[in-house]
Amino acid sequence: MTFNLFVLPFILGLIFLVVVLVKKNRQWIRLMSTDDRKKLKGWYRSPKILLALKEIFFESLLHRKMFRRNPLLGYMHMSFAFGWFLLILFGNMESRIYSGLWVNPPYYPIFLKFFIHDKHVLPFEIFTVPGFFRFSMDLLLMFVLSGLVLAIIKRSRSKWFGLTKTTQHHFTDKVAITCLWLIFPMRLLAECMTAGAYGYGGGFITQHVGNVLAFLWPLNDKSIAYGFWWFYSLSLGIFFVTLPYSRYMHIPTEVMLIIYRNFGIKAGKEQSPIHEIEIQSCPKCGVCIDICQMNTAAGINDIQAVYFLQSVRNQQVIDGLVNRCLVCGRCEEVCPVGIHTDNQRISQRNSFVQLQKQDYSYLNHEADPQKAELIYFAGCMSHLTPAIPRAMTKILDAAGVNYLFLDEDRSVCCGRPMMLAGKLKQAEELIERNKKSITGSGAKTLVTSCPICYRVFREEYGLDIRVLHHTQYLLELIKKGKLPLQTYFRKVAYHDPCDLGRGSGILNEPRELVRKIADPVAVRDEAKDAPCCGGSLGLLNADRHERDLITKEALANYLDKDAELLVTACPLCKKTFAKHSPLEVVDVAELVAAAIPKVEKETGELVN
Amino acid sequence: MSKTAIIIGGGVAGMETAGQLNRLGIEVVLIEKQASLGGHLKNWDRLFPDRRESQEVFDYLEKGMNDGISLYLNATISDIREAGGKFTVILEDGRELSSDALVLATGYDLFDARKKEEYGFGIYDNVITSAELEEFFRNNKQKNLFEGVQSKRVGIVHCVGSRDEKVGNLYCSKLCCVTGVKQAIEIRELMPDAEIFCFYMDLRMFDRHFEEMYYEAQEKWGIRFIRGRLSEAAENPDHTILVKVEDTLTGLPLKMKVDLLILLVGFVPSPETKRLAGMLGLKEGDDRFLCPSDEHLLPNSTDHPGVFLAGTLKGPASIAATIVDARAAALQVAEYLVNGER
Amino acid sequence: MKSFGYTITKDRQIDYDANDRRLIEYVEGIEPSIRICMECGSCSATCTAGHFTDFSIRRLHTLLQRGETLHLRKEIEKCMLCGKCQLVCPRGVNLRNLILIIHQALDKLHHDL
Repeated sequence: MTFNLFVLPFILGLIFLVVVLVKKNRQWIRLMSTDDRKKLKGWYRSPKILLALKEIFFESLLHRKMFRRNPLLGYMHMSFAFGWFLLILFGNMESRIYSGLWVNPPYYPIFLKFFIHDKHVLPFEIFTVPGFFRFSMDLLLMFVLSGLVLAIIKRSRSKWFGLTKTTQHHFTDKVAITCLWLIFPMRLLAECMTAGAYGYGGGFITQHVGNVLAFLWPLNDKSIAYGFWWFYSLSLGIFFVTLPYSRYMHIPTEVMLIIYRNFGIKAGKEQSPIHEIEIQSCPKCGVCIDICQMNTAAGINDIQAVYFLQSVRNQQVIDGLVNRCLVCGRCEEVCPVGIHTDNQRISQRNSFVQLQKQDYSYLNHEADPQKAELIYFAGCMSHLTPAIPRAMTKILDAAGVNYLFLDEDRSVCCGRPMMLAGKLKQAEELIERNKKSITGSGAKTLVTSCPICYRVFREEYGLDIRVLHHTQYLLELIKKGKLPLQTYFRKVAYHDPCDLGRGSGILNEPRELVRKIADPVAVRDEAKDAPCCGGSLGLLNADRHERDLITKEALANYLDKDAELLVTACPLCKKTFAKHSPLEVVDVAELVAAAIPKVEKETGELVN
Repeated sequence: MSKTAIIIGGGVAGMETAGQLNRLGIEVVLIEKQASLGGHLKNWDRLFPDRRESQEVFDYLEKGMNDGISLYLNATISDIREAGGKFTVILEDGRELSSDALVLATGYDLFDARKKEEYGFGIYDNVITSAELEEFFRNNKQKNLFEGVQSKRVGIVHCVGSRDEKVGNLYCSKLCCVTGVKQAIEIRELMPDAEIFCFYMDLRMFDRHFEEMYYEAQEKWGIRFIRGRLSEAAENPDHTILVKVEDTLTGLPLKMKVDLLILLVGFVPSPETKRLAGMLGLKEGDDRFLCPSDEHLLPNSTDHPGVFLAGTLKGPASIAATIVDARAAALQVAEYLVNGER
Repeated sequence: MKSFGYTITKDRQIDYDANDRRLIEYVEGIEPSIRICMECGSCSATCTAGHFTDFSIRRLHTLLQRGETLHLRKEIEKCMLCGKCQLVCPRGVNLRNLILIIHQALDKLHHDL
């Protein structure tokens, strides 16, 4: 087997990287909760690993999600990741032809053109096995280099990529990026010069470029080419050593993240190793900067997920960065890596406020509430939008439901606002107290008008009764034929509330309801892409002007159509939009209530 | 050759400006989008602070509308053009009117109380606005309003749509306070045994006789004042209204059942003013009311030569103040027509 | 302020000169919007916690402005952070953040409150 001293930087770097990665991964697993560790048991026998591999192929290599959001950025990442992967794969296959062995030392395929100078394969001879590989390797190198050209352009002309602001780098990042950018040009030069010096052994690009270089620069000989092999190996070695301490850690970490995710391990609201894994997986692509309404509407462009995650990684978290976020979930929706940016924020807020106490001993629901089949919980915000609970009680009465209006007299907070502020322990106490009053009534169904309450009821309360948002329940009533409806025909635009649409995946029910009574118009950003109204309780420290800007931008999404009404399904969205909307803003429940035909008392006949 | 002025808006300000200019020998064209003159004045019953009939003020204004004034009712403006110091106003029906000066007197709108959803206007039966109460008074229908009411407790809410960032109006409408006190007294006259509460933040009794009226309301009429802004209202099954407020002077939250809740709705800039101001390139303030070129010295001129402002399109003002402002506007227009731009 | 096992809060004057204003200065520095309160009371009227207890965010805020911080820590523990106060505030004061910042200030300044 062949060996040369210059392969040492590569080999040592590779060993270092592997050791660090293995150690890091063991550390993550060790710190995981017992539950999470259990999920990983027997991973190699589980079919989940196949799903994970499929996802790794599509996301880590092809960057499918990023492609969908931003094709140019997707191509850049793909050419590096997939191109490099294919270079390694094809390189290994090619090297086996020459070594005749199934197992080769790792440096052998990487530096194959240094060791092998095959006189018998011509540059364009692609229909023989060695010729095909020779040709492919050159082609793949070009593929990777095209990505490099884009990366360089992106650094100086980020606007061409549709990015308003590109991410900032620190020192290790700079070393790593320099080495990464040098790797492939060095390889190209080393291979070209070697092929040029020998006069054969190169591919369709490397050979011809090498020949030209040999012609232009007669002093060129094997020793200069040898120098470039050293540079190539050095840039690889240094890149591997700096990788775990730079942003490029996202490459191996994302692979692990995908595996863990496929085994059901997710970043929750409290800190865990998976949070760190997610943070390390951030490729700093900047997609979250462009989607963020704080940026597009209010011009605040230094608090987005990418900066926030970076600050956590560098242990430089400041309150401003943690608190200045709508927690609307739009960046989470578009994140090509699938980072749970909302929970990341909440978990950081949580670690800020851990010591603070709350005291809810005053919430003593001693008296057993009255018994009912269904509990209606309007939510505290609905007390400021009385048209919504009014519509709901009208509908429930019309459908003859035996219900208890749990928060009719006094509102009680569901606990989600507390959670959004990061006060998880305190929210838990609130939840425990509220649960008693819900379960006390013996109801089988809990219906709420507020998506904020709905989400926390579903995610955190662990209730053994059905929990429905009123849009789901109303659709059910209509489908069961319990609500006669007249068409109330008006052109309406529907706005998805964050916690209902993106947050809880309730996208179809409200739409189906709207379609039954009105004529919905198409809007630009809808369903999971819908904007936040700006009223979010997740945003802790914006001033009213910033909120106004966000609301106005969100409204523009609905106003340029011929809609006569803006329909939503959240009291907070309704209240927030009403301030600026030239159109009347109503809840879906109000639409339904208005479509119930009036019954004439004396005759029992329907009147319009 | 006599000069012509076009007055846009036939409310108090427009009528008085037109009458004054006409008396000064200027040919006047008055354009009103509605079928009759008088604007909001026609909806008021009696005026503060002396509670004279609003009809008297209207009668005075109407007397000024003599033959020298060409009146265009039901007229909406589609465009305004200007050439060589002459204005041409084009109406929607295609008629063209020309003049040497333009006076905008397009007034204000009342705040749409439905925007303050937590107060339940348009949702609950017994929540009405101060403007609706005036209409009841004017049409002598107030008896219907209190029919079947037993305890007869009335709540009057100040600052609805004013001093409220949540509806986008930070300014004070100035006249709701005195209107509230006036209406409280009027309700008391109708129902001597009613309990009447005004929920206020600050009582801004800024003008002559206003403070005395407040004094009288307390001393003679027993009106009660609670310092606190309503956060929300709810409807009880018997259709009474439960109001929630902090009694800020005791520092305790207070809830109270009332039979009738009256919302003192404030002034908001009218969309029509905004539209016309857009055509003429006039500037509006942060409060969205129009700005004269100098608030102290040229309160009726604009930066656009030949275009003048009169009345409440510049912000909340009483009828008395509007009449004074209209006369000042007439004088500025007359001076412009005689001497040109100064 | 010394506390001898019990305190009497009624019938005493605010000793503005003697009061410690570090807390309000810290809070105002981070959340300047609390200056624009006009004491209308809509926040405490709508307050979810205020229905069950004598918690009043308006009074708390006003006392804080005067440097009165007695019972402050106990008081803010009752808040549920639901945000209704902020939603009705006619001046747009960031009331939810006020509670969060007071918590933070108490932690940072180590007040014996």
